[in-house]
Amino acid sequence: MDSRATVQQLSAKDYKSGVKPIWCAGCGDFSVLAAITRALAVMQLPPEEVAVVSGIGCSSRIPAYTSVYGFHGVHGRALPIATGLKLARPDLTVLVTGGDGDGFSIGGNHFLHACRRNVDLTYVVMDNQVYGMTKGQASPTTAPDWEGSKLTPDGAGINPFHPLVVALASGANFIARCSSSDPKNVAAMIVEGVRHPGFSLIQVLSPCVTFRPEQQDWKRMVRTAVVDFTDDPARAARRLMTDDGFNVGKVLYKGNREPFQAEAAASLQVDELEADFTVGG
Amino acid sequence: MGGKTVSLVIAGSGGAGVVTAGSLLLEAAARAGWYAYMTRSSGPQIRGGEAASMIRLATEPVASHDDAYHVLAAIDWENIDRFAAEIPLGPDSVIIADPDAGEIPVKIAGMGARRVDLAMKSIAQGIGGGRPNMVALGAIGAMIGLDDTCMLEVLHEQLKRKGEAAIEASIAAYRAGMIAAEGFPAVPRLDRPEAPFPERWSITGNEASGMGALRGGVRFVAAYPITPATEVLEWLAPALPKVGGVLVQAEDELASINQIIGASYGGVPSLTATSGPGLALMTESLGMAVAAEVPIVVVNVMRGGPSTGIPTKSEQSDLNIAVYGLHGDAPHLVLAPTSVADCLFTTQWAVHLAEALQTAAIVLSDQAMGQARAVIPRTAAIAFIGQREKPDTAVEAGEYRRYALTASGVSPMAVPGMAGFAYTADGLSHSESGSPSSQASHHGEQLDKRLRKLTGFDYGEHWADISGDDDAEIAILTWGSCTGPVREALSRWQDSGGRAKVVAMRLLSPVQTDKLDAALVGVRRTLVVEQTHSGQFHRYLRAQYDLPGEVRALHHPGPLPVRPGEVIEQLSQWR
Repeated sequence: MDSRATVQQLSAKDYKSGVKPIWCAGCGDFSVLAAITRALAVMQLPPEEVAVVSGIGCSSRIPAYTSVYGFHGVHGRALPIATGLKLARPDLTVLVTGGDGDGFSIGGNHFLHACRRNVDLTYVVMDNQVYGMTKGQASPTTAPDWEGSKLTPDGAGINPFHPLVVALASGANFIARCSSSDPKNVAAMIVEGVRHPGFSLIQVLSPCVTFRPEQQDWKRMVRTAVVDFTDDPARAARRLMTDDGFNVGKVLYKGNREPFQAEAAASLQVDELEADFTVGG
Repeated sequence: MGGKTVSLVIAGSGGAGVVTAGSLLLEAAARAGWYAYMTRSSGPQIRGGEAASMIRLATEPVASHDDAYHVLAAIDWENIDRFAAEIPLGPDSVIIADPDAGEIPVKIAGMGARRVDLAMKSIAQGIGGGRPNMVALGAIGAMIGLDDTCMLEVLHEQLKRKGEAAIEASIAAYRAGMIAAEGFPAVPRLDRPEAPFPERWSITGNEASGMGALRGGVRFVAAYPITPATEVLEWLAPALPKVGGVLVQAEDELASINQIIGASYGGVPSLTATSGPGLALMTESLGMAVAAEVPIVVVNVMRGGPSTGIPTKSEQSDLNIAVYGLHGDAPHLVLAPTSVADCLFTTQWAVHLAEALQTAAIVLSDQAMGQARAVIPRTAAIAFIGQREKPDTAVEAGEYRRYALTASGVSPMAVPGMAGFAYTADGLSHSESGSPSSQASHHGEQLDKRLRKLTGFDYGEHWADISGDDDAEIAILTWGSCTGPVREALSRWQDSGGRAKVVAMRLLSPVQTDKLDAALVGVRRTLVVEQTHSGQFHRYLRAQYDLPGEVRALHHPGPLPVRPGEVIEQLSQWR
């Protein structure tokens, strides 16, 4: 008999902390939080063996809303914290959550190198093309002609950053896009991303109802991608470069790069290193 | 310092082998039973360019350069002007010059030293495969009384890979230099102590910091290269995996500080090393480590600043940023080693304190000790190992409060994997449970506890190294690599009948008011010595302590080191 059958199954609720989110009613991030807890329940991961790491921003509040170990760090540095944690504690499942400003602007360099380094992390980016916590400024994924910000009243005037193309070019091992309007699908993508070795990027279109109310239409604009994932980066790149950003619900790319790992099997006592210094006699 | 000492410079252009010559001399001196202290000076070139090895050999442990050098051996004079100020010579000094290398530059000749000719290049050319640096080394060896069997052992060992012919050529060139030096003016000759000598190490301050980190229990290091701290990381890179640890090269300093915070949150004592510009980038996250109470250690090997400054040369001007650089009220630890050897102890102690107090520790090393190589007595292992207080799993599960208000201020810290103790570490102000809170009471009580755990801790006797006369009326306060020359000045002062004490502060923050007050009882004159332009240490002491009696400050910026004679001059002129 499987002894695990006697262990009580954990539900999504068991992964919630009960702390009330600060988000606006209707924010897409509620669905993503639900998807994360659902994914953890699907995988039945012991809560103490999971860590959720974030930086600063609306979506970066997620760690405190879960019952697992969490780290709410400084703006833009979630990926380095998660990298250090995972390399020091490879036994843990480490998720990273955050927004487009945190991940692609102030944290942009870490994003490139997290993709490159390919540590076994799952990075869930809630992309709403705006800085919400600071009350509505253009982010790296905002269209150049969006005039809704007091900071750039004539529009940001620069082309948006394409995170999935950049991730692919930088070496991410798993790339998916989904929509907060389908939390079940987001949960499924997270499960797949966690189970796939290496660095997994999941972009979630997650509307900001307050500063980008027009994004409420996203739920009608998204469509399930018609093609299945590829392991060919060239094909994935072509697909990403030509789509309109609303093909969701499926994995776009799965690579087979070995994750970056650090071997840590001690062969010496510290005092044996003194031989490096001993001279004369 | 007691015993006899001799100070030497070997200078030359890139490829002249002056750094190699210096290293060989150090190694041979160690075999002769001597102690040594060596620094290098080099230009900005990535490879080659002018360089000088500055070496002091002594029959007792030595921790600084002297006021002047006894011998300057110049293989050539290319760009020597850039170093001239760093090579003080006097009428008793001897310049060994190659007559084929042209005139001695005015800046050097003007210092009034005696000159002897040694045709290093042509002598070397007369020996198949011989090199001028070995001829120079032979002359120096003969002048200072180095037993040539020591050098021969070193050459056999270090040139093994280059083959028998290279060894023979080097030995022949060395011997030719010895013979040519007959009749050169006398400089101090060191006696060879009787074997067996106490066990000794040849180590740089940066290597010592790395070793201290491992002895303290560090098993995760994130690394971003920066001069002059890189050797800390490069020494740790092969060493860490051997003891079950991990080193990762990060994409920038923002990443390296956050990687170590993440690793430490996971329960593994963690460290990074950097220099001024990198420390500036790290300060935001240092504040987070303080607020989230995650133990970390940053070894900051200071160089000339601000901005890019002088990356290859020393200064103590990161004191202000280390002590005051964090935004908000962010009590943390700032420590400084007092010598090359002490880099080991102080880094190890920093790991111990950071782990015990769950906070950030900055170790302020500097280029002058970090990149200096010294032959020192073997440093005995000490008991300081990082010990982090963890929650008692029997009693607290389920109602765990990560930031509980304890009497000591230290709250038991769970690590991922402990069931029932999950919490979110946060840089946001938070309540005892760790939940974000902007309430005045939560903010205030957490600020109190973070301060309390540092101010209430018993740092024992290690806060400072105090030497000299207990009842002296003169005290010299100093820190870091100024400690060596200041202690040497103390020794000379005492030899000439004076009385004084030296307080070299190892724990710069939090301040140890009662301990310094006690150390300065009866003092009527206080001299503060440091290597900064603005007198940062002097101002810091003035802000934090009531210094007794009349206070004077001796400070100047890098790259020139503070020399023992400058300190003596201050004391002598104080009437």
